[in-house]
Amino acid sequence: MILSVDGIEFSYNGRPVLRDIKFSVNRGEVLSILGNNGAGKTTLLRCINRILKPKRGTVLIDGNDLFSLSSREIARRVGYAAQRHEGGRITVFDAVLLGRKPHIGWEASEKDLEIVREVLASLSLEDLSLRYLDELSGGELQRVIIARALAQEPRVLLLDEPTSSLDLKNQYEVMKIVKDAAEERRIAVVLVMHDLNLALRFADRFLFLKDGTIYDCGGLEVMTPENISAVYGISVAVEKLGDIPVVVPL
Amino acid sequence: MDQGTAENIYHGYLKYTGRKILIILLTFLLSVVLGVYAVNAGSADLSPAQVLLTLLGEGDERLNVIIWNIRLPRIAAAFIAGIGLSVAGCVMQNLLQNPLASPSTLGVSQGAAFGAAVAIIALGAGSLQSTSADAVVINSPYLVSAAAFMGAMLTTITVLMLARLRGVTPEAMILAGVAVGSLFSAATVVLQYFASDVQVASLVFWTFGDIGRASWGEIKIMAFVVGIFFLYFMANRWNYNAVDGGEETAKSLGVNVERIRILGMFGASLITAVIVSFLGIISFIGLLGPQIMRRLLGGDHRFLIPASAVMGGFLLLASDTIARTIIAPVVLPVGAVTSFMGAPLFLYLLTRGNSRR
Repeated sequence: MILSVDGIEFSYNGRPVLRDIKFSVNRGEVLSILGNNGAGKTTLLRCINRILKPKRGTVLIDGNDLFSLSSREIARRVGYAAQRHEGGRITVFDAVLLGRKPHIGWEASEKDLEIVREVLASLSLEDLSLRYLDELSGGELQRVIIARALAQEPRVLLLDEPTSSLDLKNQYEVMKIVKDAAEERRIAVVLVMHDLNLALRFADRFLFLKDGTIYDCGGLEVMTPENISAVYGISVAVEKLGDIPVVVPL
Repeated sequence: MDQGTAENIYHGYLKYTGRKILIILLTFLLSVVLGVYAVNAGSADLSPAQVLLTLLGEGDERLNVIIWNIRLPRIAAAFIAGIGLSVAGCVMQNLLQNPLASPSTLGVSQGAAFGAAVAIIALGAGSLQSTSADAVVINSPYLVSAAAFMGAMLTTITVLMLARLRGVTPEAMILAGVAVGSLFSAATVVLQYFASDVQVASLVFWTFGDIGRASWGEIKIMAFVVGIFFLYFMANRWNYNAVDGGEETAKSLGVNVERIRILGMFGASLITAVIVSFLGIISFIGLLGPQIMRRLLGGDHRFLIPASAVMGGFLLLASDTIARTIIAPVVLPVGAVTSFMGAPLFLYLLTRGNSRR
């Protein structure tokens, strides 16, 4: 068990947003957080890496209490790709190098450059390494953002809607990258996702969030029409197309 | 991964960063050349040989005064003030995530002008001068400088405290800056309304930035403050890069965004306050220096901060040299020259801008 979240509670201006959140993720596993807009999905992600400070609850990574660590130490363990990120006039190489920030003292070392090089190569971004971010397509930019989070050498990778603004091909490519990264690097991935079919295809486990609390959490067995209908408020059928499970709204 | 590609990425990147260093060095070299020209240019006709002799300590009394007390301090002051204003602008643009952020965005210049107005009008620090060289003179320049500095810092602290109340977001800072800035402008206008013609003239004269006001003592203070905060900004260059990636990204990289924003804005304001209170208001350097270099080198603050510094120094030195020589022996206020050159250049940069900022 690499990530374990227990009893997280978060309120915003006195209004409870998250209650009694408890789950854990294993090495090499992808967990998808599912739920309606406003269910608290993004808030939950931000509580895990302490961008937001939960009222109570613990987050353990490899058995260490995350909340006793400094923000720099947290950044060495948890990588995060926000939903919105700025393009800006820096090169792909520099953007990924920024992921080394939590490890860098005064200036980037050979080792930092080497790690950037390795991450760029593993995400097939070598050819873009000297392009400016504001010249990239949406899919390329998303890959760079994930590359930056991987350059942090995190134990846990948090992704907030990594595919939301991408076309079909890029959605599958980005999710493939994420899945491979989880397996090859033996890290835990927690992502927020709206596309249930994409989640079914690439996630190992699913966490339904409803009104700020966990409705159900588990493997493929929790992806039932009943659960999905209850959480999203729309009736669906879950069928198999060949080997591939698909969710179809009725 | 095959070794050839890996080497290529690495060398490509080193070549790319090397090119940035080259541009910074070239700009610096250009400034040195300009500095040499500026020592030789001026209303007293001196030959380069005379200048060289004086610099080597072989000049006569008259030459010593012209070179060591008039021209060299002027060049040093222009270069240092240019560095300070440009670096301050660079950091403000990053921390407020706004390409138009400059000392006037936070009301620093307006605060300084108000301070000067209080000194000149209420405390009687300005009056008419009988010689024709300058119509007005500031009787007690130190009083005006001190008051301007206090005005500038008062604005800065007010804006930063207001921003803290509402959360340290760029929007909160810009709104607070605009509000406090207009308040001080209004107060200055009210003061002017009750002032005599001479006092108003003195204030207007003070408001025009003029590099010639600085002597070695003031230059040392400026150099000290600019130097300290330049080092502070450089130490935070990775943090500023992270902020450029978006506030959330920066936080996820372990950056305390609020803290570096407050401290950075304070440093940038302090630099500006010192320069403005000694030299008067000099606009556009804080916008132009960073914007030119951002287009040439990109937004990586490891290089952008030093690049903005040399470009700012170069621009202000060039502006001042033009101000001194274009209709010599009349010396134009350098603030007018920077605005005259800056506004069109800025528009040009905007129209052919190859980036969103």
